[in-house]
Amino acid sequence: MTQTPSQMPAKGDPRIRIALCIFACLAIVPPLLSLVGLDYYTSVVTRMMIYAIAALSLDLILGYGALVSFGHAAFFGIGAYAALFLQTRGITDFFLHLAGASLAATAFALVTGAIALRTRGVYFIMISLAFGQMAFFFFISLSAFGGDDGMSLSRATLFGQELLRSEVTLFYLVLVILVVIFGFLCRLTRSRFGRVLIGTREDSLRMEAIGYRIMPYQMAAYVISAVICAIAGVLIANQLQYVSPTLSSWQRSGEFIIMVVLGGVGNLVGALAGALLTIGLEEALARFSEHWKLWFGMLLLAVVLFSPGGLTRLVERVSGRITGKGDDR
Amino acid sequence: MSQPLLEVTSLRKSYGALAVTNDVSLKVFPGQIHAIIGPNGAGKTTLISQLSGQLAPDSGEVRYDGEVITHLDMAGRVRRGLARSFQLTRILPGLSVLENVAIAVQARTGSSFRFWQVAAQERALNDEAMACLTEVGLGPQAMRLARTLSHGEKRQLEIAIALATKPRLLLLDEPLAGTGPEEAEILIALMLRLKSRVTMMLIEHDMSAVFQLADFISVLVYGEIVAGGTAEDIRNHPKVREAYLGEEEEGT
Ligand SMILES: Nc1ncnc2c1ncn2[C@@H]1O[C@H](COP(=O)(O)OP(=O)(O)OP(=O)(O)O)[C@@H](O)[C@H]1O
Ligand SMILES: [Mg+2]
Repeated sequence: MTQTPSQMPAKGDPRIRIALCIFACLAIVPPLLSLVGLDYYTSVVTRMMIYAIAALSLDLILGYGALVSFGHAAFFGIGAYAALFLQTRGITDFFLHLAGASLAATAFALVTGAIALRTRGVYFIMISLAFGQMAFFFFISLSAFGGDDGMSLSRATLFGQELLRSEVTLFYLVLVILVVIFGFLCRLTRSRFGRVLIGTREDSLRMEAIGYRIMPYQMAAYVISAVICAIAGVLIANQLQYVSPTLSSWQRSGEFIIMVVLGGVGNLVGALAGALLTIGLEEALARFSEHWKLWFGMLLLAVVLFSPGGLTRLVERVSGRITGKGDDR
Repeated sequence: MSQPLLEVTSLRKSYGALAVTNDVSLKVFPGQIHAIIGPNGAGKTTLISQLSGQLAPDSGEVRYDGEVITHLDMAGRVRRGLARSFQLTRILPGLSVLENVAIAVQARTGSSFRFWQVAAQERALNDEAMACLTEVGLGPQAMRLARTLSHGEKRQLEIAIALATKPRLLLLDEPLAGTGPEEAEILIALMLRLKSRVTMMLIEHDMSAVFQLADFISVLVYGEIVAGGTAEDIRNHPKVREAYLGEEEEGT
């Protein structure tokens, strides 16, 4: 019975190695695609990475805090609309967009968290869904921003330059942000704070009996998660050059959950892989069949039924069998 | 006798018409093991939950170390040195044995709003956690995942977690429940060792353990304390024989 006691992912953890491999592969995507003349796909992979950022943000509260938010796309929308709002006010700087989006997401998270975090389990799911829908209908009501049609916008400027016009520059900007956020979350989930968050997931009453007041920790995680998701929202606005309420529809929130569950909750690499795979499959299956959603649903069902820990558990089990370590749980 | 460490006065709690805690008053003195015995459904767990701050009483007062703590939450009471264990084991199953204890050390040493330093590498936390584990005899199991422990080991772990909060009063809700004879022996020896350092309130069905450990025994029946005294007093108390020991006596 050998079991690393660390709060994954730890140093030397196979999951970290998988993540580094993924990042390395992503880094060579643009030159590779341009080599074979498929430049168009660069923006597809950019989109995959943006969704990975959103999925990572959800994994922090869902996987580490057992807070199943069914309204997380609200923050995606808030980020995108913050970028749109600032852009229409003549503020084009990308970093100012990030700052504005973070502020707006923090405010929304503090208000909704103060209410939603008083509930547990299914009630939390329902309340977060309700707040998500509130954001959705709020965006629809913004006639100045195109109502339910949404509105197009030009890409933000970087250091006063229109660098993001290039798909390749945008790609690498997103990749850098993805790596930074992944690294930050890896550290965060192994910190004192992360340990407490994991504790609340394991048994919140036990944590109170140890002497923790858990609400502030959950709130902090919720706000951090919201800000990261809003950053993904700013990026998607830049990538699509279009912002619409569907960015924060409940289907989108559901998609985020699917990504995290498909990859495996509570280890970050799962969310990363799950998001890349979901968007990738969406693109591929949509080409291959009109009924791609059905195929995708069946794949998801298979994963949930045969490997409840998601793909990361599946990989671990298979590699465990190969190295003879066996299954530890 | 010295000042009581815990003083409960006229505590009441009802669920609808059912009075689960019915005018309970008792005192626990420092250094004692104060046992609470009583038949199933007598309200023992409910009493502990009110003392630990998990449940609010309808009326009455709880005084700990001279301070009224009736309206203090669980975390506040733990910080003052009042820790509990649960009748149904509550540990953090997905963490290692060591981390289960280290997280309790962490709760009272420094802020937990630290986002960058790796907690598992904090020597001070690990060393103190390890000392608690060694004390309960779980040292060799430190690196195991908590959910893989045997039932008796989980019981030991729960006590280690409670010890890591540096308690002055430990509320133990049936620590021997569900353990085999050997596991029970380990736990009884542990409680005897702790006795010199920590005051305990012990709920237990195992009468031989209670008679072996307790300095004072209160008998709770239908939410009321019907008798209190030393093991000798309780053994011979007619009300107790009738309400609680009756079944046992018939058997012998
Ligand atoms: N939340 C609740 N709502 C209604 N009734 C409750 C609740 N909790 C406990 N009770 C009732 O209160 C009574 C006392 O319960 P309690 O768990 O305190 O008993 P106990 O002495 O610990 O019993 P046991 O020896 O079985 O552990 C029982 O009749 C139980 O059904
Ligand atoms: Mg009980």
